[in-house]
Amino acid sequence: MLAFILRRLAQSVIVMLVVALIAFMVFRYVGDPIASMVGVDTRLEDQEIMRDRLGLNDPFYVQFGRFIGNAVRGEFGISYRLQQPVSQLILERLPATIELAFASALIALVFGVGLGVFTALKRGSWLSGFIMSASLVGVSLPTFLIGIGLIYIFAVELQWLPSFGRGQTVDLGFWRTGLLTESGLRSLILPAITLSLFQLTLIMRLVRAEMLEVMRTEYIRFARARGLSQRAIHFGHALKNTLVPVITITGLQLGSVIAFAIVTETVFQWPGVGSLFINSVQVVDVPVMAAYLMFIALVFVVINLLVDILYYVVDPRLRVDAAGGAK
Amino acid sequence: MTSALTRIGAALLASSILVSAASAETVRWARASDALTLDPHSQNQGVTHNFAHHIYETLVDRDVEGNLQPRLATEWAVSEEDPTVWVFTLRQGVTFHDGAEFTAEDVVFSLDRARSEKSNMRQLHVDVESVTAVDDHTVEVKMAGPSPLYPNNLTNTFIMDKTWSEANDVVEVQDYAAGEDNYAVRNTNGTGPYVLTSREVDVRSVLTLNENHWAEEAPAVTEIIYLPIAENATRIAALLSGEVDIVQDVPVQDVERLSSTDGIKVETGPENRVIYFGYKFGEEPLASSNITDRNPFNDPLVREAMHLAIDRDAIQRVVMRGQSIPTGVANPPFVAGWTEELNAYSAPDLERARELLAEAGYPDGFTVTLDTPNNRYVNDEAISQAVVGMLGQIGIQVTLASRPVAQHSPLVTSNQTDFYLLGWGVPTFDSAYVFNDLIHTKDGSYGAYNGGLYSNPELDEMIQSLGTEVDTAVRDATVAEIWATVQEDRVLLPIHNQVLAYAMRDDITLAVHPENQPMLTTVTFGE
Repeated sequence: MLAFILRRLAQSVIVMLVVALIAFMVFRYVGDPIASMVGVDTRLEDQEIMRDRLGLNDPFYVQFGRFIGNAVRGEFGISYRLQQPVSQLILERLPATIELAFASALIALVFGVGLGVFTALKRGSWLSGFIMSASLVGVSLPTFLIGIGLIYIFAVELQWLPSFGRGQTVDLGFWRTGLLTESGLRSLILPAITLSLFQLTLIMRLVRAEMLEVMRTEYIRFARARGLSQRAIHFGHALKNTLVPVITITGLQLGSVIAFAIVTETVFQWPGVGSLFINSVQVVDVPVMAAYLMFIALVFVVINLLVDILYYVVDPRLRVDAAGGAK
Repeated sequence: MTSALTRIGAALLASSILVSAASAETVRWARASDALTLDPHSQNQGVTHNFAHHIYETLVDRDVEGNLQPRLATEWAVSEEDPTVWVFTLRQGVTFHDGAEFTAEDVVFSLDRARSEKSNMRQLHVDVESVTAVDDHTVEVKMAGPSPLYPNNLTNTFIMDKTWSEANDVVEVQDYAAGEDNYAVRNTNGTGPYVLTSREVDVRSVLTLNENHWAEEAPAVTEIIYLPIAENATRIAALLSGEVDIVQDVPVQDVERLSSTDGIKVETGPENRVIYFGYKFGEEPLASSNITDRNPFNDPLVREAMHLAIDRDAIQRVVMRGQSIPTGVANPPFVAGWTEELNAYSAPDLERARELLAEAGYPDGFTVTLDTPNNRYVNDEAISQAVVGMLGQIGIQVTLASRPVAQHSPLVTSNQTDFYLLGWGVPTFDSAYVFNDLIHTKDGSYGAYNGGLYSNPELDEMIQSLGTEVDTAVRDATVAEIWATVQEDRVLLPIHNQVLAYAMRDDITLAVHPENQPMLTTVTFGE
């Protein structure tokens, strides 16, 4: 078990280093940060002075070494755009993204599992058919359009919900939350739905397929033969056995929900790390872009590690194999 | 549909009435981006200056017509004894937000800070030799030579309190390389009409009225909530749903729709910015052309032909949906030196253009790559696409290379482009600013954006003389002469001046500012 975790950790470190290299390389050469920092009207000699001061004239490996050295200490420098420490900027924006990601994951999980079970059990009904086709729309429409559509209906036409922002927030010192105020909760609804649609469809279809599979197995028939109640069979036996892949997918998807909330955050002007990233890309704010990529890589690496360990705990076969190998 | 529209209209009207009844003075102001910093000397950027103008003040200011107005300075004149010295008489009875009195010491401190090495405002003050306080309310600025237009450079240089800056260790401007942020990036102490009461970067900033401001008439707006909304569609939706009152950055395609929406009105006006194309001069063959033994752009006939091939009115009508002012000169109408004659442009004449090309020795045209930004000016990429089509009609086959401005701009400043689109704003409102950067031979601080490496020693001499000429009549004549040569030589290929559009609740009036820096103190309510 320990050897397994250590091996996984070593792999994670390598992944992080590679990501760091790519992040640094891409962002360093994606455009001239000076051009965006100073605006069109600054004289070239002044630009040269600034380039020197920022160390942009140093050789590549020196710059990369400096970057890694600082990254290990959690220092990503000063944002070119906002002139504030990058780590502080990301920490300030993180609560917004995490609240949005978890709200949408919750919606996706609850409705995804619920609807998946429903459509598997009531396979022939018209309602199931309708849900299945509607879910196709959910995966095929771009997030951007869904967001704009929801804004148009619920904010502009009906004026029920706010079209942008996070509403009133409460600062808990370490965490600025929008979950404690009415306007904060109302602001969360549209972006959370927008972000959840894709995952919801995915989970729903996965649960449905798994359920259909499981319902055909011997032990379900046997349970039926024993005269167990429908409820016990469906939820106690069938659903439970479909959940392993669902947990994996949900876990991994949580990473991508955090990482790819970019579009949703942009459409709803949600002040999270995704919109920070987009604003930074537009002006080639290298420190923020690099830090963001590193952060997302870290999220994925950690989630993957946790999922692997969970597997190990949940699935006895893996343990047996590992034990066998050790002998 | 009509009933739906009426319903929205009614709802909007209801909400606006509700708002004006409850708090007529609060205005929610949305823009595409936030101010980058609160440090007034660390970024020379329009959005940042626009925000800062509400908190900090400058010695002189510019109104919506583009004229200089007194602000913290009540009078300014060249010293009678020395033509290289500007004397500023300061406003009395002005206090900073923290209560400290505004004096000449603060002006000396701020101008020195603005021209220090780390300041981004430095270029506007390069000719300053020293700044001295004569008494509490008089400041003298000694220039390297006669600088008749120096006050034009002061419209975005804000005055900070010396004592406050020293107490908070912000005597120096924020340094990117230093690794930590400066107190002045997040905190303010100005003399302006509003006090910053809260700020979340990229989310919302709240400004409340400064009760002790020196102006005789208090502004109608007592509270400003500043809301950056990056996405165009969301920003417009927020206005339609009544969640914001003024939207400053309105995409051209929404102007017409918004104007016909009940409860919303759109104000448009010209921006002080011209959009033009530049091309490579010199004998050297172009890097991106199939003509490998000479440079077609170096032939005046070819430049004339291109000029005749462009249909500026069609670009205005189709690409800009009417939201631009076509022009024949790379100089916005606000700028001293602009004339009707210069602005006139000939109607497109494809036949004549083809003849000229044949005469120049390119009967079958030639190929070239056009570099265009795609996120800097209004519809920049679409303008370039239109021009590609128009030049194609006379046989010049253009390949379009489109990039974000961060990658485009270095191509122009390092002269790695054969043919490019650029926009030029003129913050000093004087032609010399255009000549210095676009027309003068690339040399030291001159010709920084002369992307085509145009060089005319006679013009260079005249341009340099503008910096020190004190006789306005002589100066004006020189400016006119330079423009005449520039036009005859077709040094640049101008397309149009940009137009700005602000959309707002229809009981609000806010005029378009030529530098896109409207003051919300000028807002009035009521039909």
